[in-house]
Amino acid sequence: MVLKVFFPSCCSSAESGILIGRWISEQSSAVILAVVHFPFIPVQVKQYLSEIQRVTKVSVSVLGSWSNSKQAKEESLSEFLEDLGTIFSHELWIQISREGNSKFWSCSTLQKHSDHPKEEEIILVYYDQRKVMLSHLHPPLETAASPDQKADDASKLSAIFDTVAKSKTLFLTDRYDDGPIKLTHWQSDGVEASIIVELMKQASVPACMLLTFLLSLISGICRSRVLKVWPLSFLWSKLSTCEQLGHRLQHLQVISSNKKAQNQTQLMRKANIFVSLLIDVVLGMLLMSWLYRKNRIGHLADTLIPVADHVAEELQDLLQWLMGAPAGLKMNRALDQVLGRFFLYHIHLWISYIHLMSPFIEMILWYVGLSSCLGLTVALCILSDIIALLTFHIYCFYVYGARLYCLKIYGLSSLWRLFRGKKWNVLRQRVDSCSYDLDQLFIGTLLFTILLFLLPTTALYYLVFTLLRLLVVIVQGLIHLLVDLIDSLPLYSIILRLCRSYRLAAGVKFRVLEQQDGKPLRLLMQINPLSYGSVVQTYRLPTYSCYPKDSWTSLCKKLFLGELIYPWKHKGEKQD
Amino acid sequence: RMEERRYRSVSGAPVALRRRQHSASCRELAVRCPRLQLRSLSAVSSAVWLAAYGLFVLSENSMVLSAAIFITLLGLIVYLHFVKIDQESLLVIGSLGIQVTSSYASGKESTTFIEMGQVKDVVINEAIHMQKVIYYLCILLQDPGDPQGVSEVVPLFQSSKPRLDCLIEVYKSCQEILEQRKTGPQSS
Repeated sequence: MVLKVFFPSCCSSAESGILIGRWISEQSSAVILAVVHFPFIPVQVKQYLSEIQRVTKVSVSVLGSWSNSKQAKEESLSEFLEDLGTIFSHELWIQISREGNSKFWSCSTLQKHSDHPKEEEIILVYYDQRKVMLSHLHPPLETAASPDQKADDASKLSAIFDTVAKSKTLFLTDRYDDGPIKLTHWQSDGVEASIIVELMKQASVPACMLLTFLLSLISGICRSRVLKVWPLSFLWSKLSTCEQLGHRLQHLQVISSNKKAQNQTQLMRKANIFVSLLIDVVLGMLLMSWLYRKNRIGHLADTLIPVADHVAEELQDLLQWLMGAPAGLKMNRALDQVLGRFFLYHIHLWISYIHLMSPFIEMILWYVGLSSCLGLTVALCILSDIIALLTFHIYCFYVYGARLYCLKIYGLSSLWRLFRGKKWNVLRQRVDSCSYDLDQLFIGTLLFTILLFLLPTTALYYLVFTLLRLLVVIVQGLIHLLVDLIDSLPLYSIILRLCRSYRLAAGVKFRVLEQQDGKPLRLLMQINPLSYGSVVQTYRLPTYSCYPKDSWTSLCKKLFLGELIYPWKHKGEKQD
Repeated sequence: RMEERRYRSVSGAPVALRRRQHSASCRELAVRCPRLQLRSLSAVSSAVWLAAYGLFVLSENSMVLSAAIFITLLGLIVYLHFVKIDQESLLVIGSLGIQVTSSYASGKESTTFIEMGQVKDVVINEAIHMQKVIYYLCILLQDPGDPQGVSEVVPLFQSSKPRLDCLIEVYKSCQEILEQRKTGPQSS
């Protein structure tokens, strides 16, 4: 098989020495991690390697020799390097040599225990050690849980990424350390660290503890018995603001927990939640500053009552139109008048109620507007709740209309069965034939005729109010969609993909470098970053609402039969 | 080491196949699509601007003209960056894998690398496209559970769609390298 040597590009200008790394025999590839320089004592090198192996669980060994001669070729050095092969036991001893500053290196192998030396082709692949170490390959493989050892090395690329990532301890020694061994790798010029990151790490522990304490207080208050009394608990479950606040509280709990993130996915999740909360609060503060400047919220409160009045007037006009001859259809006068007057009285009650509340509206709105500093999502949920409260009469009308229509439809279908001499058998859940008496048939036919001729009127009222209700539901749905978008968008992952695209890798790509005859094939391995769509899909935060569970056909069926529809259901609510 | 030959695509447009051998087990095959024609570009933009001018004369609103300019520019950028593919290439490295690259007219390159362990075979398939039967080259991916099964089919050269003679050349080049991996392990 072709031998593949993965060489870190940072070691290209290193001094001569021996190569250490990992040998993957199934794929015949050697991943070189560092170069150990002269002078060294072989025993100490072996000791160091076994310690590294113990800590990182990566089987690091001496793989070959590296000679970088700035002047003319030195014969004695090459023989010395060959002799080294006898000291370090490795089946295949790789020798790479570079002359001067030439780009084309010569690479040869020495088989120790083989009877038939063969000329195998060698491919030299350069890789950027720092990027490969920091990068995270998607889709992530589950390691250490599979009993099948072969699964770990199933994919070549993940084996290479794994090797480099786990050898972090190897990269912590730099050339300024006073040790027996001098290494060259990507950090050999000094260990990288950032003061700000270290300070934040120190400050985060007490901040987390404080946050956990506060959160436990708040959740204790929320769980108290006082708030679970029946009318209040019903109210809390209906208001979407409380749902959103509960959701955000959960998020805060995730962030402030003391446990360190176990793996990459959890770390990204925590980071995403943190950035999402931050952006939310910042946007909420911006909104608040915009609302309270020039007393816009006062103007809003002033226009609220006239808008509610206007809506009520429009509804009254609509009902007057229905009570006349809407669209040229002829309604049943008596039923029309009854329904119309009933709904008009309902609107009158509603208007009086709104006028009763009007002095307090401004104050309530002012204080409620303050809560938008908790986040833009909370402000949007409050808006959605205000719309729901203002259009409560439309909801009531829809329920009345739907119930009336539903009753009518059931009555009609049952009497139609009577017409044909059949009956619904409740025990067996099917339609059976039945013989009726003459007076039963007579009354049934009479009722059937009455219901049938009253059907258009009821159907029209039902249609009009259902359309209004659907309009309100669509508006609320759009607001909730926006809230969900802000909740679930993984902003940290997107920014990471934008700025440090090598951290999220979908795979690798190879570029063929200049070749020279007789020298091994030279390739450059670069990281192929994940596409934005896959980033969003992989790191989406889960939300609490689920989208319409009814398909279009079942929705239409429910509308036709007059059953009440609840298009937006939340997770955790009991299904009815 | 490098040779270029002209062929035709399925719709009759001229395409060029460039073959490069980097080493005994590494080959690069690139198919270049016909470039963006100046006359189709000018035809589309003149049509858009004539329509915009007609609307402007009807509605006396100068926003229509600026909107037309904006739409044309945006449409051109989107077309060059996301739609128009200049060159599709295949890099076959024996014992490493196969890399499929598409380069767009704006310079963007989208690459996919498939490891050799996942590649079952490279074959030419027939397909019914509109009213024609065309041939296309595709890579069959191995199903990890079933050694005889195929988990996915990756079609190649989807924008340039070269004809059968070009595909046969590419097929032969690929098979020469893929055969090496079957004979390779046996000799070691």
